[in-house]
Amino acid sequence: MSKRFGAVRAVDDVSLELKKGEFFSLLGPSGCGKTTMLRLAAGFEVPDAGRVFLDGRDITDLPPNKRPVNTVFQSYALFPHMTVRDNIAFGLTVAKRPKREVRDEVDRMLRLIRMEDQADKKPDQLSGGQRQRVAVARALVNRPRVLLLDEPLAALDLKLRQKMLIELDLVHDEVGITFLYVTHDQAEAMSLSDRIAVMDGGRIEQVGAPAEIYESPRTGFVAAFIGDTNFLEGRVRECPEADYCRLEIAGLGEAASFNDRQVRPEQAVVLSVRPEKIHIAHDRPEDAPRRNGFPAEVEDVIYLGASTKYWVRAGDHRVQVLRQHSRYFYDDRPIRWKDRVWIWWHADDGFMLEGVKSPQ
Amino acid sequence: MYHCGDLTPKQRAEWLVSLPTLAWLALFLVIPAALIFVLAFRPADPYGGIGAGWTLETVRALWAPSNLAIAVRTLWISLLTTAVCLVLAVPAGYTIARASEKWRNRLLMLVIVPFWTSFLVRVFAWRSLLHPEGPVKALLQAAGLAGPETTLLYNPAAVVLVMVYTFLPFTILPIYAAAEKFDFRIVEAARDLGARPFQAFRKVFLPGISQGLLTAFLVVFIPALGSYIIPDLVGGPSGEMLGSKIAQRVFTDRNLPHASALSAVLVLAVMAPLVAVLALQRKKKRADIIMGESP
Repeated sequence: MSKRFGAVRAVDDVSLELKKGEFFSLLGPSGCGKTTMLRLAAGFEVPDAGRVFLDGRDITDLPPNKRPVNTVFQSYALFPHMTVRDNIAFGLTVAKRPKREVRDEVDRMLRLIRMEDQADKKPDQLSGGQRQRVAVARALVNRPRVLLLDEPLAALDLKLRQKMLIELDLVHDEVGITFLYVTHDQAEAMSLSDRIAVMDGGRIEQVGAPAEIYESPRTGFVAAFIGDTNFLEGRVRECPEADYCRLEIAGLGEAASFNDRQVRPEQAVVLSVRPEKIHIAHDRPEDAPRRNGFPAEVEDVIYLGASTKYWVRAGDHRVQVLRQHSRYFYDDRPIRWKDRVWIWWHADDGFMLEGVKSPQ
Repeated sequence: MYHCGDLTPKQRAEWLVSLPTLAWLALFLVIPAALIFVLAFRPADPYGGIGAGWTLETVRALWAPSNLAIAVRTLWISLLTTAVCLVLAVPAGYTIARASEKWRNRLLMLVIVPFWTSFLVRVFAWRSLLHPEGPVKALLQAAGLAGPETTLLYNPAAVVLVMVYTFLPFTILPIYAAAEKFDFRIVEAARDLGARPFQAFRKVFLPGISQGLLTAFLVVFIPALGSYIIPDLVGGPSGEMLGSKIAQRVFTDRNLPHASALSAVLVLAVMAPLVAVLALQRKKKRADIIMGESP
């Protein structure tokens, strides 16, 4: 599908297929086209090119009210003049379903979101989390084939967001319908999704399971957007074994890397290593096959509670290292600012990216 | 109920601040209105003044069939004017609120432009437009929609037409103000939940701008009930309204008690919808407060 607004290509020749019952997330920075994708699915936008299919049926030309999909809006867009009950009943009422059935279905939904005793309140008498739950119930009561969620947690504070995250997950398990979830928050996407599509500039960069996206990002954008990473630009020197290559990292030295790209010698690559995959210690590590170790100097120490982030200078590179505090943080020789240390990682923990410029 | 002694310092200050306004209202609204009510029970003297003593004659005379016919006509012309104004103003207000900023300002300008010309001049302009030799009739005749006998002027239809023309901007503005504040994502939500465009409009947009509709209703209906210039200039005998009748009693018949009695009826008629609307709003507010207090 493609969709442009004026000169802006909001969605640029994108193709995407959702599996029945899965929790699928569209993840990307603001303006990447993820909300436009959602609006194309809901029927609020018509694609300039391409079609939208649901269960094999072409629904591209159907208006929003004729599509068996429902949306949970970012602002919730609850009807302010109606009670919680009437809000949830809206879809069934316009569908002219019998009164008894409407009442039973709404009661079922109120139980699902545990708001039976709030049924007669108006939206402005509810808290943010309650409104969000009503918005979900109002969409689900119509038993849509796909539930579209447009950053539904963005308006909530951190604690509430984590709570609603679990609730959304439970609701998805309970109703078993397909969820299409739009967010810019990678933590939300990672914790909820079966699969994630990372979007940038109107294009899909990568589609995959959360672990796949995190552990083997296909592009520099994905590697940088999902979690933190270090980019080390270099050149392939040789690939003595089929699966491993030796790289020359400019301004650092030689490093081994797992070769999942079938690169050839002399090719320019970027080696990406996640901060938590790098070890840090005062003493030089023992030499081991496929271990990349370098001396470094600590430039910054950022204590994060569960972990500490170290920025170290190794050669010409500023490298970030994340260390979990598993049991004893206060070891004999805590690593301090200006300390001379060693950093190392296993060749399997880095991944090569071809033809990308380091975003850093 | 508060007695004077019960007032907190803050309430006393509020009363003090309101005093000039209250005095103004008493002097120029409450007392004249009361005088009008009193005059209705005094006899007229033959020279256009007030006679001695008290009488119920005037009030009884109000029930004359000719008066009733005019009262009924006043009511339906006002209601029809209000209805037509609302029906035209809702799409207009909606369009202006949804227009891009550039167009919104232009359209609002067009709504306000008529105010730059005197109201009287504009009513006289309608008289020439609707005149038997005027351009509108010529146009209608050319289109085959009017015969040589058709009269466009001096009938209730002309009154409604010119009243709608006069009051339409006053209807558009409050409806535009309400529509401009309205969150149109709610309409999208309704469409998403299966509502057809018109259903979404009726079930979500109209309730959403109800405050604007109410204001528009009052702003048109109340002045319409009391209109005098428009029916006088374009209404003719068959388009007479209460306002023109009152003027006739004062200036032609020189019968102040009769004019006062009619005016009193008009004041009561105008107050009825106002009180009803205020009571409705207060009831709604109270219901909301009670709801809000529940756990």
